[in-house]
Amino acid sequence: MKNANDKKLLEVKDLKVSFFTPAGEVKAVGGITYDLDYGEVMGIVGESGSGKSVEAYSIMGLLQSPGKVVGGSIMFEGENVLNYDKNKMNDFRGKKVAMIFQNPMTCLNPVYTVGNQLTEALRAHHKDISAADAKKKAMEMLELVGINNVEKRMTQYPHEFSGGMRQRVMIAMGLICSPKLLIADEPTTALDVTIQAQILELMKDLQKKTGMGIIFITHNLGVVAEICDKVSVMYAGRIVEQGLVSDIFYNPSHPYTVGLLQSMPRVDAEEYERLIPIEGTPVDMLNPPEGCPFAPRCSQCMQICLKKLPPYVEIEDGHKSACWLRVQENMKCKEEQANG
Amino acid sequence: MAKYTIKRLGMAFITLLFVACLTFLLMNSIPGSPWLSDKNPPQATIDALNEKYGLDKPVAVQLGKYLKNLAQGDMGVSLKMQKNRPVIEIIKDMFPVSAKIGFFAILWAIVVGVPLGCIAAYNRGKWVDSFLRIICTIGISMPSFVVASLLLTTFAGTNEALRLFPTIFDAKLGVNTYILPCFALGLYPMCYTARQARSSMLDALGQDYIKTARAKGLKNPSIIFKHALRNALIPVITYLGPQVAFTFCGGFVVEKVFSVPGLGRYFIQSISNRDYPVIMGTTVFLAAFIILMNFLVDVLYKVVDPRINLAEGGK
Repeated sequence: MKNANDKKLLEVKDLKVSFFTPAGEVKAVGGITYDLDYGEVMGIVGESGSGKSVEAYSIMGLLQSPGKVVGGSIMFEGENVLNYDKNKMNDFRGKKVAMIFQNPMTCLNPVYTVGNQLTEALRAHHKDISAADAKKKAMEMLELVGINNVEKRMTQYPHEFSGGMRQRVMIAMGLICSPKLLIADEPTTALDVTIQAQILELMKDLQKKTGMGIIFITHNLGVVAEICDKVSVMYAGRIVEQGLVSDIFYNPSHPYTVGLLQSMPRVDAEEYERLIPIEGTPVDMLNPPEGCPFAPRCSQCMQICLKKLPPYVEIEDGHKSACWLRVQENMKCKEEQANG
Repeated sequence: MAKYTIKRLGMAFITLLFVACLTFLLMNSIPGSPWLSDKNPPQATIDALNEKYGLDKPVAVQLGKYLKNLAQGDMGVSLKMQKNRPVIEIIKDMFPVSAKIGFFAILWAIVVGVPLGCIAAYNRGKWVDSFLRIICTIGISMPSFVVASLLLTTFAGTNEALRLFPTIFDAKLGVNTYILPCFALGLYPMCYTARQARSSMLDALGQDYIKTARAKGLKNPSIIFKHALRNALIPVITYLGPQVAFTFCGGFVVEKVFSVPGLGRYFIQSISNRDYPVIMGTTVFLAAFIILMNFLVDVLYKVVDPRINLAEGGK
């Protein structure tokens, strides 16, 4: 699915988002950079409040006051989304990028039929489509996401669907205009485990069929391993480590990533293995510490960590990490090379 | 649905019976009599009249007789105000006058109030919102006699340039004569509706499905008026149902100020005149109307929100 002129699907550069609260400016996203190729699936992992959803909302222009993008750029197929006016944004949302949310129980409007809401998504971007064609397309989409008896299902209201079914409807609704990018904001978090697996399976399947790119926001590393090509680990509004799934899982290079992996139960674990939690609490975003935000919780914290933000170090091609430990290793490496 | 309707009818019947009994007893507990007037009739005349209209019997007996007649559709005759004229005929005469004014009053209250509420909610915290809040607070807190009197003295008073409307209501004068009473009567419901609509719209606009609608790329009017408004209507309908009944049956103050020969004014006059059958008739009529409106409101809930299941008593 590579584009001929080799443009990336999405390039986010130094994106900064702040919330201007009465208590002061909260830098929810403090300058993040990543890109996504056509058909690529990227996971964004992080704990609550790390800025992962805020970052996704700013791509869609869905940030609510007092949230505001204060810097950086979001290039979608070479166009800066942040410069879009209201009409262009409405055109962009739903057609080029779709989004599905965490809680399928509340994301569908309870007073309109599922069919109504599906066709509405289609007709918002295809003004001249006839009612019959829209209905046909909507039914196709429902079938595609694995809903049976679509003729009847179209006329039913959301409360007549189960949670998993509603998330399927949300996915069908998101994909009805064949977007190039799907942003999934914790789409499986509110579902029970068996349904989670089904929805993941469905998304993987649909991704293969449509070739769309997916940004998958989650705090569940297991889900990431399941579906993603690459991962960005976020902490306190910054990406602390970024790389292919295999890099992150087998060669984690940031203490926070290591901590996340250690605190996750594994199927292949030795018979009796304790989970190791990450000590401490997340950063107070109103008064972020100087230096590395993870430093106060880091077991390998050094003097410099408390004073200066670490720069990104490229560990392997496409695998980078923001940690002073890696910076020092890198320097040692270079010295050794220089010394022969 | 049929079972539900029958149940509601039964409940309506019991409510009406209760209203009738209570009103009858309360009415008889206030001192006075329909026969008292400036002329001070001799005791013999009063006794004779009491006997003729059955007022000499114990209250319980009178009540029983009234209920029996009511069940047969007979509300008795007026004792004083339009002597010996059947109460039903009086209501038939006066209700349309009140209802016509009430209809337009409620109409403007809804047509203006609901959109204003939506606009205020969408512009929450901005100057539009503050401005509308001031208007609504004034409209709600000003008693109707102040509103009506102000309107009357301003637009139908001595100032020739501003005297656009007739001072005394006269149905023959057409549209002009309706404007002031309708405006005065509808102002309070309009402001209340706007406030109600604003708060429930704010609630609806914060819901996840609004986020979904925005993520779909829908435009603002569609988000506000299709997705949010329908979810916000329930509290508005709840308020408007009984309000329609009250407004249709006439605002006493407004009818008095504009000299409208309506039911509301007549109802109050009947109380001060102790015209017992008229008091009973108008009260029972208003109660029945309110019960009917509440039933309609419940049916409307179902239309607006498909999750509501009337047969099983709520959600």
